[in-house]
Amino acid sequence: MRRSMAALAAVTLLSLAACATDEPAASPSESASAAGSGTGEQSKFFVQADYDAELALLNAAPTGPADKPWEQALNPTMVDTAKFKKNGPYKICFSNAALNNPWRQVGFKTMQAEVEAQKSRIKEFVHVDAEGKDQKQIADINDLLGKGCDALIVSPNTTATLTPAVEAACQAGLPVVVFDRGVNTKCPVTFINPIGGYGFGHVGAEFVSQKMKPGGKVLALRILPGVDVLETRWSAAKVAFDKAKVDVVGVEFTDGDPAKTKKIVDDYIQRYGTIDGVWMDAGAVAVAAVEAFQDAGKPVPPMNGEDQLDFLKIWKDKQLTAIAPTYPTYQWRTPIIAALRILDGQQVSSPWKLPQPTVTQDNLDQYLDASMPPLHYAMCGCTDLPGYPQRWK
Amino acid sequence: MQTVQPRSLPLRLPRVRPGGVLPILAILAVLLVLVGFRQPDFLAPPSLMSFLGRSAPIILLAAGQYFVIVSGEFDLSVGSLVTAQVVVAARLIDSDPARTWPVVLLLLAFGALVGLVNGLVTTRLRVPSFITTLGMFLILVGAVYLWSDGAPKGGLSEEFRRFGRRAFEDVPLLGRVPYALLVLVVLAVGAVLLMRSDFGRTLVAVGDNPRAAELSGVRVWRTRTVAFILSGLAAAVAAILLGGYSGVSFQAGAGLEFGAITAVVLGGVALGGGRGAVVGAMLGALTLELLFALMNFYGVSGALKSTVQGGIILLAVAVSATRSSSR
Repeated sequence: MRRSMAALAAVTLLSLAACATDEPAASPSESASAAGSGTGEQSKFFVQADYDAELALLNAAPTGPADKPWEQALNPTMVDTAKFKKNGPYKICFSNAALNNPWRQVGFKTMQAEVEAQKSRIKEFVHVDAEGKDQKQIADINDLLGKGCDALIVSPNTTATLTPAVEAACQAGLPVVVFDRGVNTKCPVTFINPIGGYGFGHVGAEFVSQKMKPGGKVLALRILPGVDVLETRWSAAKVAFDKAKVDVVGVEFTDGDPAKTKKIVDDYIQRYGTIDGVWMDAGAVAVAAVEAFQDAGKPVPPMNGEDQLDFLKIWKDKQLTAIAPTYPTYQWRTPIIAALRILDGQQVSSPWKLPQPTVTQDNLDQYLDASMPPLHYAMCGCTDLPGYPQRWK
Repeated sequence: MQTVQPRSLPLRLPRVRPGGVLPILAILAVLLVLVGFRQPDFLAPPSLMSFLGRSAPIILLAAGQYFVIVSGEFDLSVGSLVTAQVVVAARLIDSDPARTWPVVLLLLAFGALVGLVNGLVTTRLRVPSFITTLGMFLILVGAVYLWSDGAPKGGLSEEFRRFGRRAFEDVPLLGRVPYALLVLVVLAVGAVLLMRSDFGRTLVAVGDNPRAAELSGVRVWRTRTVAFILSGLAAAVAAILLGGYSGVSFQAGAGLEFGAITAVVLGGVALGGGRGAVVGAMLGALTLELLFALMNFYGVSGALKSTVQGGIILLAVAVSATRSSSR
């Protein structure tokens, strides 16, 4: 009896272990060690022309109101939207990939506040959260097609899997606005995002390779594979690191989780004695990485984070050598503005590229607002919206 | 764990027998030699102390899991309980130092309550414990997700975090002694004393042969429920240490139940109950952590951890099955 119980228990445990852990299928550090530079194969998401275009955009002058970067556009190409013109007030529907990280939480609050600011023109705002699941988002989009939406906004969970769902929405005759992460189709009226992943990854990697000692060891931290904005961040960083002949000793996935990040960084510090530079594709776990060095009694090496306030604060307090390329949360305002313009029949830029400022040592103080919570993002562009600052606290 | 006082403390050395701690001590010694060979710095007092401090939560969880396993049950809910505790702590403390201690007490109560529910559902409603605690696992994961909209909110105060992060610095000989290590030592001594008390022997008897225990007047359901409560309390303490170490995280406890169970079987405790020492379970956890450290030094990917854990569970069950059939 006991033996069969133990065996049953073992089977249960093992099957649970298989579904409860979300380790990446392929070991990034193993595949990385195959190439000389340590950065491995270039991502299949890497497109040289897009990379060149994005890096050029880093220096482009935006058009539009200077005090409203969420209405600005870089090198706009306008498209005609007359066929979508319609009388308001409108029902606007939003299929959201997830609310599963602070960046998305801040962004979504900003979007809700924008809806509130436009409430004379929007009679109903429907939000469906796909909870980070592709299959749920595909079903969500299908559902929304039958709900009488005047415009559909989509923030896709992953790029390839959501493409057919977005195409189906376009075919239903709705004006579709995609933002944040992209899809592999040109069918939406417009795709809104800041300069993008190449710009983000490049700025961080250039900084880290210039500020660290020559020949030093860099640890690259990524969230998860398969999302275009994250893949392009890493692929641009890879180009910069390979060019600078930096020794990338590890490329690891953190799931954007501080506990996992701290463990990974700590493992690398132990394995190599110290790490001379840290690059990351998103700054949400930057503080965990900083703490790993602090707790190991090592100096914090040059690194990049993002415009999350906890990182900006520790950067200033501990006088880190740091930079924060951003992926501004103010982009969550733009899809609402775009949807209203499209329904008015006004031209909009497609793609709609928003500026993407960088926080540096020189402008750090300007973005550091101690009265806001640690997980807030400085680039929310939300200070003029209804409910500021309580809504974001 | 302080709530259950040991009633008698017989001064008797543990016998060497199947389920004893000698095998695990041998494995631990071999791993220490291998680590010392590959990375001598690791054995220097300061880094060894940090390692012990970092391993404290999983060692405590292994002790908690031991109580449940030796009584013949399982607790699969501890990992999700740790995550839930960290998320709850962050939201309730909301970076306000004054709320630290009330929240710490609340977490302990919450851990005990989850253990109580696990115990009562298992023993009174007669749901097999891996179903009960699997259900609890899913309930906690879902509840935390709902309550927090899928992303952690609030923040942990520095006061809260010091348990998991800070240490007494400049200690002679040792360099630094993490608070977590002190917490571990105190609770480990408590666990050993508890297992030497009447309660401890009853617990093992219940796991060995519940029917015989029942007939000799033991209230099996009560003993097992207390084991679940102890496991819940261990998870609460582990959550306080882990939350302190890593900050607000949605994965603070992910997979810890498997780590704890692997540690327990590695420490020579029989799945199914009735055999093994709590010291063995804790040494099992330490050995497992040391094994992972060694894998790290050799550059083996962390993704292999679950594979290694699965292998150890299978091997341990196979060994104990052959042993019990030849008994």
